[in-house]
Amino acid sequence: MADPSPRSPRRLRPLRAGLLGHPVVSRLLGAVATLLGVAVLVFVLLRLVPGDQITANLGTEAAALTPAQRQALEAYYGLDRPPLEQFLGWLGSVLTGNLGWSGRAQVSVLDLTLQALPITVELAVLAIALSVLVGVPLGMLAARRPNGVPDTLGQGASLLGLSLPAFLIGTVLLSVLSYRFGFNPNGQAFAGLFDDPVRNLQQMLLPAVTLAIGISAPIIRTTRAAVLEVRGLDFVRTARAKGVGERRLQVRHVLRNALVPIVTMTGLQLGYLLGGAIVVEQIFSVPGIGRQVLLGIQQKEYALVQSTVLVIALCFVLVNLLTDLLYRLIDPRVRLS
Amino acid sequence: MSVEVVPDLPVGLRRQGVTGRVLRRPAGAVGAALLVLLALAALAQSLGLLAFDPAVQDPPSRLQGPSAVHWFGTDQFGRDLLARVLSAVANSLRVAVVAVLISAVVGTALGLLAGYFGRGSDLAISGVTNVLFAFPPMLLALALTSVLARNWFTVAVAIAVVYVPIFVRTTRGATLSVRQVDFVRAAVSTGQHPLATVVRHVLPNVAGHVVVVVALALSWAVLTEAALSFLGLGTPPPAASLGSLILDARTTVFVAWWTMLFPGVLVVLLVIAFNLLGDALRDALDPRGRR
Repeated sequence: MADPSPRSPRRLRPLRAGLLGHPVVSRLLGAVATLLGVAVLVFVLLRLVPGDQITANLGTEAAALTPAQRQALEAYYGLDRPPLEQFLGWLGSVLTGNLGWSGRAQVSVLDLTLQALPITVELAVLAIALSVLVGVPLGMLAARRPNGVPDTLGQGASLLGLSLPAFLIGTVLLSVLSYRFGFNPNGQAFAGLFDDPVRNLQQMLLPAVTLAIGISAPIIRTTRAAVLEVRGLDFVRTARAKGVGERRLQVRHVLRNALVPIVTMTGLQLGYLLGGAIVVEQIFSVPGIGRQVLLGIQQKEYALVQSTVLVIALCFVLVNLLTDLLYRLIDPRVRLS
Repeated sequence: MSVEVVPDLPVGLRRQGVTGRVLRRPAGAVGAALLVLLALAALAQSLGLLAFDPAVQDPPSRLQGPSAVHWFGTDQFGRDLLARVLSAVANSLRVAVVAVLISAVVGTALGLLAGYFGRGSDLAISGVTNVLFAFPPMLLALALTSVLARNWFTVAVAIAVVYVPIFVRTTRGATLSVRQVDFVRAAVSTGQHPLATVVRHVLPNVAGHVVVVVALALSWAVLTEAALSFLGLGTPPPAASLGSLILDARTTVFVAWWTMLFPGVLVVLLVIAFNLLGDALRDALDPRGRR
């Protein structure tokens, strides 16, 4: 968490010479270490699953394998090697772009991921855009007069947004619109953004709205709190006394200075969406990365789950890192510290 | 789904009459009343004090609308929906309370350790916390439940693991600032055992932050359990869960609206109750007394 206030001289560290001391570099190194930890955790987690890839593939027929056949299969899957060697082997192939092979789909996991990830990113960006467009103005409106009518309404709406589970919103939207109005674009085969943009956007509409309802709530709250905090500061009064117009004051002076917490919250939500859209992708049959993990779990495709979870964590860490770097750009005070 | 508790001042629970201050706020009073009502109804159902058993099927009276006999109507097997919804609420509460209890105890202990003793323990604990934070919460819960055997307790454990890092981070931050306060330094200078200092002087002064997160984490835990059950990876059937009730209602909602309405309303009410309590707690404990 960055400290937006200027540092007091007492806390100013002596300038550490060299690249390692640079805050951006140390954040990067931290992210790499975290990802390594993620890889270890994912690997260990999947080794804890009862049974192995052989029983998962063959089911009850695995019992009929002769010892020699089983040994051959274990050698094929690399299960006869020590765990550390298996881990390093997996890590090495992941780093060279080999995420494994999906036995069911008969496609490499990399190809599956390259199809699914852009779909989830598109959904996440649409949902975030919708919720920022709705949440930031509502939050500013609510902050204008605390405990006024718009504020009370906004607080109520954001409480409801926080408390409505996405799977409920999605299910109700889908049921009502398809049954009452015959509107169910997600009933057809999924269309890619570049294959059929119109159908694609129709199919993305309901999932994006479902997600946006949940995400606008924290954005409204964060915006309101940040704007209230900044609004009372001296420079706002000075600007107003100087005769700055109300609209310009709100946008250029108040919002700009309230931006860091809003960007942090938006970045955090974007990160969650990359892996947290599982439920909504499932309801609306959007073939994104979350659905890929869910299918992998249901079909016991360990290679698929292992690599996909790692990819999602990578995206999550990257988004958080970018958010961090972004508010270095937005707020010169962060850059100084 | 995140909480930003700024640990700038020690926030204790003693001497402040927190319960009263929470209940005097409209949000706190409504949240507490709602929660007590739901918990009592769920308890009555679990103890078998109500008219119907959630598991008993009665095919001739299937998909009946709300009536004097079946207040919430019946489902596609003729089971009483009120009984099923209430036993689902009981299940939700059980999973959420156990999950948050585990994560609060473990997370607070680790946070105190990392914040107070620093150095190696801080490095190790914060490292693991960062790794857990690198997973979107829903994904981690999903991965864990798929690994563990499925019953309500393992679901609770999976949810607990997801929320431990939040408690670690909150407690660690608060401990770092409390450690600098004079009375803690005074306790240290008397030669008291470090663990005694932590338990007697640091813990009571970070407890406020923890309590706020507990209330919010309870609301997230209810949502996570319901979402897992909706995906078929939460509390296994035949036990009713709010998520699986809504999943089942997808096929019956067109002919029997009540099968979706009542579980939906109940899950929202439960989450709202915890959110209201959390908001009231945060306001009541905010040292700046900001509205």
